[in-house]
Amino acid sequence: MDIFFQQVINGLVIGSVYALVALGYTMVYGILGIINFAHGEVVMIGAMVALSIILFLFQFDIPIFLSIALVFIGAIIFCSLLAFCIEKIAYKPLRNAPRLAPLITAIGVSILLQNIAMLIWGRQYYSFPQIFNNDTYQIFGIANITTIQIIIILISLVTMFLLFYFINKTQYGMAMRATSEDKNAAKLMGIEINNVISITFIVGASLAAVAGILIAANYGIAHYSMGFMLGLKAFTAAVLGGIGNIVGAVIGGLLLGLIESLGAGYIEKLTFGFMGSNYQDVIAFLVLVLVLVIKPNGLVGEKSSTKV
Amino acid sequence: MKSKCRNNLLFFLFVASSFFLVSCGSDNSEFDSEGRKIVYIGHAGPLTGPIAHLGKDNENGVKLAIQEANDRNISLDGQTISFKVVSVDDEGKESKTTLVAQKLVDTNVSGVIGHLNSGTTIPASKIYHDEGIPQISPSATNVNYTNQGFPAAFRVMANDKQQGSALANFAINDISANKIAVIDDRTAYGKGLADIFEDTVKGLGGIISSREFTDVTKSDFTAILTKIKGLNVDLIFYAGMDVQGGPMLKQLDNLGLNVNFLTGDGCQTLQFIELAGKSSQGVYASSPGVPLDRMPGGISFNSKYEQTFNQSIQIYGPYAYDATNTLIDAMVKANSYLPENYLPFLKNIQFKGVTGDISFDEKGDINRGSISMYQVKNNKWEYLKTLGDN
Repeated sequence: MDIFFQQVINGLVIGSVYALVALGYTMVYGILGIINFAHGEVVMIGAMVALSIILFLFQFDIPIFLSIALVFIGAIIFCSLLAFCIEKIAYKPLRNAPRLAPLITAIGVSILLQNIAMLIWGRQYYSFPQIFNNDTYQIFGIANITTIQIIIILISLVTMFLLFYFINKTQYGMAMRATSEDKNAAKLMGIEINNVISITFIVGASLAAVAGILIAANYGIAHYSMGFMLGLKAFTAAVLGGIGNIVGAVIGGLLLGLIESLGAGYIEKLTFGFMGSNYQDVIAFLVLVLVLVIKPNGLVGEKSSTKV
Repeated sequence: MKSKCRNNLLFFLFVASSFFLVSCGSDNSEFDSEGRKIVYIGHAGPLTGPIAHLGKDNENGVKLAIQEANDRNISLDGQTISFKVVSVDDEGKESKTTLVAQKLVDTNVSGVIGHLNSGTTIPASKIYHDEGIPQISPSATNVNYTNQGFPAAFRVMANDKQQGSALANFAINDISANKIAVIDDRTAYGKGLADIFEDTVKGLGGIISSREFTDVTKSDFTAILTKIKGLNVDLIFYAGMDVQGGPMLKQLDNLGLNVNFLTGDGCQTLQFIELAGKSSQGVYASSPGVPLDRMPGGISFNSKYEQTFNQSIQIYGPYAYDATNTLIDAMVKANSYLPENYLPFLKNIQFKGVTGDISFDEKGDINRGSISMYQVKNNKWEYLKTLGDN
């Protein structure tokens, strides 16, 4: 039972990471109807920029809280600017193009970002410095969790509530919902849709930067290719929960994390030794396929009415 | 419309012509500026990627040997020779290795030192074999490399059959482990080493409590480690590289898993200690050969290396150096740089390298290859013992 509980904790941690990144995918899809494949790379850039800032700040004697703040602020600002530019340069010109065009562009931007990161930081795997004490706590005396892991879970939940409140209970959130329903109608109603779209990307990128720093701190490692697989899995999580849906992204993320963790831990038992932990990725994607077959719009996604 | 067609045509011509210009690649001159005959020695390894630090290490070993060979003004078949390294990057990937191997072949290399990983060395060896180009690997340990029956494929350190069984013997006898969990990274190297380890352990009466898998894209091992935690093992054996072994140790500690950790040469590096931090304390690892200070020429090679390249040796640098010198020595004995002439001399070579005596058996493996065991103490690899020469 202890092991099961630990696996659940592991899954929640991995899942919260997926959730944070999935929120970015889901918001952009909700507003623009495109899948921003470059989002995973923005997470990576957040981590790498944070790494560079930390290494730079090491030369000076700064109190820990200040350096942590600077690292987060620096990475968030950088990624927000990056996402803003990506939107303006790569996606805005294609707003009225057939759906396939921005999709391909997104893949292109993703490859571009990965290669630029490779040129700037090289291909080696960097050890991400530990800037504060990462203690391990015991929950109910049976499972272990570290400070950073607790922060990951908390930030992901807090973010979900904040975003949900923002989009559903504020006026600006209403503007975002209007834009996602019908861009042109929203424009006619006086909503400045360019701003709405930019804000969406900036919020997504800020989350990506935070996720990147937390991941790098949690695993102690950062490198140019850390965004690819993560982006793919987070996108899967967003689809699993219902793409375009904020709550769906978090539920999808947590669920995917749990499935991966419990799957890897119990697949041998479940298949009587036929399949081992080398099938852990297979399980995750199998679940995705099953869910979509039964509920094509994801777990909490609603059927969108076809426009006449 | 007409103008659009013309623009499209111009664009196409531009793209096509740039392809031509790019493909007019380097020119392979035969003689250098001083009239010496250029003999190309190929080096292949991961110069970029997660283990670029190891690939660069190998490349440095080769470069140092070549530099010294040129300083000796070697003459073959009446011509003064200038050796030149042609270094290619296989990124440690199976998808790239055959491409770069072909590139080396096209450059007319007289011999190849490489590759680094077993997964890249084995496919590439077929290409070198087809062209009759002798190949010496300074670090590929998988047994299949020399099992292919290629007369010109060699390696200068012990293979995984020796390493896996040495590790198993160490686990059972030295650490007195009884229930062991094995994790491998599904690469040719990891899987091969883990399989041999598992078989030997079973043969010695040990119990393999579980066999888990990960892969080179993963950085989260908490699920399989938690599973292992529930099995009450005495030892975890990991067959894979340092860039994953390091984070794995950290996660092991976070989960409160207090067991011995044993691993192979893929983790017996400085990078591993850097990535694992203080979690690396007490980790056991094996490495083919002997530590630098026990090699016949180790200490002097170390200072030469550090002086030339301003960095420390990672692990296989001395082997790459010896491999290159063995190749050159065979050429000198044959008085020819042509593979068909010097290969017989390479097969029967008796060369005293910095790592020890080098001679090959009929398969191409090194005779009397040894495996040494190390343990991390105070953030450094400490030498424990050397397990038998075969």
